[in-house]
Amino acid sequence: MRKAIAVARKEFRQIVRDRRTLMTLLFVPAFFLLLYGYALNFDIRHVRLGVDDRDHTAASRSIVSAFVNSGYFDLVAAVDEASTTALMNRNEVRAVVVLPRGLSRALLTGRRVPVQVLINGDNANTATTVVSYASTILQSESAKYRSDPDPSVSVHPLLTAEPRVWYNPQLRSALFLVPGLIAYIAMITAVVSTALSVAREKEMGTMEQVRMAPLDAGSFVVGKSIPYFVVSLVSALGIIIVAMALFQLPMRGSWTTLLLALSLFLVGALGLGLFISSISESQQVAFQLALLASFLPTLMLSGFIFPIASMPAALRAVTYAVPARYFLIALRGIVLKGAGVGTFWVELVALALYAALMLALAAVRLRRQWS
Amino acid sequence: MRRVGFLIWKELLELKADPHLVGIVIVAPLIQLFMLGYAATTDVRNVPVVVSDADRSTASRELIARFSASPSFSIVSVVGGVRDVDPYLERGTAWMALAIPSGFGAGIAARRPQTLQILADGSDANSATVSLGYAGSLIAQYGEEKAAALRAAPVVRAGIEPRIRVWFNPRLESRDFMVPGVVALLLLVITTNLSSMGIVREKELGTLEQLNVTPLRRWELIVGKLLPYALVGMLDVLLVIGVALFWFEIPLRGSFWLLLGLTIVYLMSTLGLGLFVSTISSTQQQAMMTTMFFFLTPMIYLSGFIFPIENMPAVIQPLTYLIPLRYFLVIVRSIFLKGVGMETFWPEALALTAWGLAILGLAIARSSKRSA
Repeated sequence: MRKAIAVARKEFRQIVRDRRTLMTLLFVPAFFLLLYGYALNFDIRHVRLGVDDRDHTAASRSIVSAFVNSGYFDLVAAVDEASTTALMNRNEVRAVVVLPRGLSRALLTGRRVPVQVLINGDNANTATTVVSYASTILQSESAKYRSDPDPSVSVHPLLTAEPRVWYNPQLRSALFLVPGLIAYIAMITAVVSTALSVAREKEMGTMEQVRMAPLDAGSFVVGKSIPYFVVSLVSALGIIIVAMALFQLPMRGSWTTLLLALSLFLVGALGLGLFISSISESQQVAFQLALLASFLPTLMLSGFIFPIASMPAALRAVTYAVPARYFLIALRGIVLKGAGVGTFWVELVALALYAALMLALAAVRLRRQWS
Repeated sequence: MRRVGFLIWKELLELKADPHLVGIVIVAPLIQLFMLGYAATTDVRNVPVVVSDADRSTASRELIARFSASPSFSIVSVVGGVRDVDPYLERGTAWMALAIPSGFGAGIAARRPQTLQILADGSDANSATVSLGYAGSLIAQYGEEKAAALRAAPVVRAGIEPRIRVWFNPRLESRDFMVPGVVALLLLVITTNLSSMGIVREKELGTLEQLNVTPLRRWELIVGKLLPYALVGMLDVLLVIGVALFWFEIPLRGSFWLLLGLTIVYLMSTLGLGLFVSTISSTQQQAMMTTMFFFLTPMIYLSGFIFPIENMPAVIQPLTYLIPLRYFLVIVRSIFLKGVGMETFWPEALALTAWGLAILGLAIARSSKRSA
């Protein structure tokens, strides 16, 4: 243990000497949360709408104002058949409503009349939502012209759904994205900072000196990870505090559980970084491997942005190897749902196993190189 | 020119001497493209649902069958009381709960309007919104069918008939939108990282001194450093475009050669960016931090790769114009999905070219100041 502390002290001194790296690790993450927390959301508003009004009557204008007043669409252009394609291609409009000639007369004489809506579908997610906005608006406009022939039939539909949303009743994107960002930023800080640490010693030739010292692989690994653990923990706590102060991230569970989950996650990430470092001969390789193993999976396979349930089965199996997956369940559980250790002990055990496995792999790998 | 040739040869030898690196730059993008091509979908499928069925009638079983037949939902469990769903939502094993009250079937048969309660876990706000929408329309549709079956003759009503047509991606496949984006992202990640380490590595190992005393000129050093990475980048481009076309069967509606040409322009900016980072860093660790935190992360989030730029607050939107990935994303997605050419996205192509030239110029200027 004393040996491990000696290694830790040496590593710590090295970190402190590189001011830019230290400042980046400590403060940039919190700043990023600030930027991305504001910038990113899935709420779809301000869809740029073009209108092709061939009727020019009170009825057609009423449909146009229903679109504008819904708050989802911004009327940007009056278009015609010729200009529609160019404007859609340029993305200047993302939806076009075509109101046919004779619309008003047809509606008043009780006939059905088609109204065409063209939607730019390149981003399928946005387009799905826009499709449902548009059809809801048209349906409620349509209802104005209906006079039911049989007044005895109830005007209420037979079956309605009454949705209630738990944990995040206003469905704020920030509450969903911020825990993900915390996991993402903490993962990068921890893996990236350790991934180069052993590879650097190898590249600079100082690994020989370490090997000569009366030091075993286990205490070397532990010593290497302590300073980075401290730095990553401080920076992760900084992010969480910023999230609570600025994004009204609630804290419904206990801080002790949060700290436990966070520490397990960070130790696992540091272990992964050290393992990568131990199998790489150069820092360049270590960097590429770190990106491959931490950055992209945490972004794509953790359930941070893309729901795991929607992935194909083979890929769902892969997500079990991504520690951020467990951490996110635990984090969202603690912060948003106020759940205790009892609900997600499985995730905590998985994080602990991952951490132990990574540290052991790094130590074994180094011991083999040592002898 | 011969000197540049030698330098390129030296760089290629160094690449070859590091078998890990070769493996990584060829294999890694492929693995990533496969994974991301499947993972990067914002479609909502297989949403786990728990049902509390207090009615246990034919109607309630019919409704449950509707849910389990829909590809959007998968039923995790059917429980008795409304309270029994709580642990499922808290634990996260179900994202949505459907509560069928007792007397539901009898009410339907008597044509009394019924209300069903749906509880959704809002911690994934995006999926919750989408799945609530699906569930609502599934229930409404079931209700209408029941109503129609109970009523004698269908009523013809006046009104507006919405005819919604989706352009460019009529099947609303989010993969067709994401995979071209992933291609752009992978090129950025791989080439910027490679070149960001290029010069700083020589600095850290002390071999930059040796290169400085050779008769190599500044620009020759830069060109010689970048060309091998550009070659690796081009190889990756062909690989990932090939997989996108032949494995994922993403339609390429525009010109392949235009895509290739503009990808080279894009590589100029990603390599230039890496080189610039290399000149402002003194160790590889610094270079890596700078690339990750100050360039890659903001580019991924603010370029419109996942989060639409239109949704961002007005203060942040101008920032996105500084990001070359923003322009290239518009270009790749337009070529793949819309099949349009330069006449439509010339402003983006121009901005991308200007960005590439500017960053390369900046990197060369930075490095010549330090030539001593």
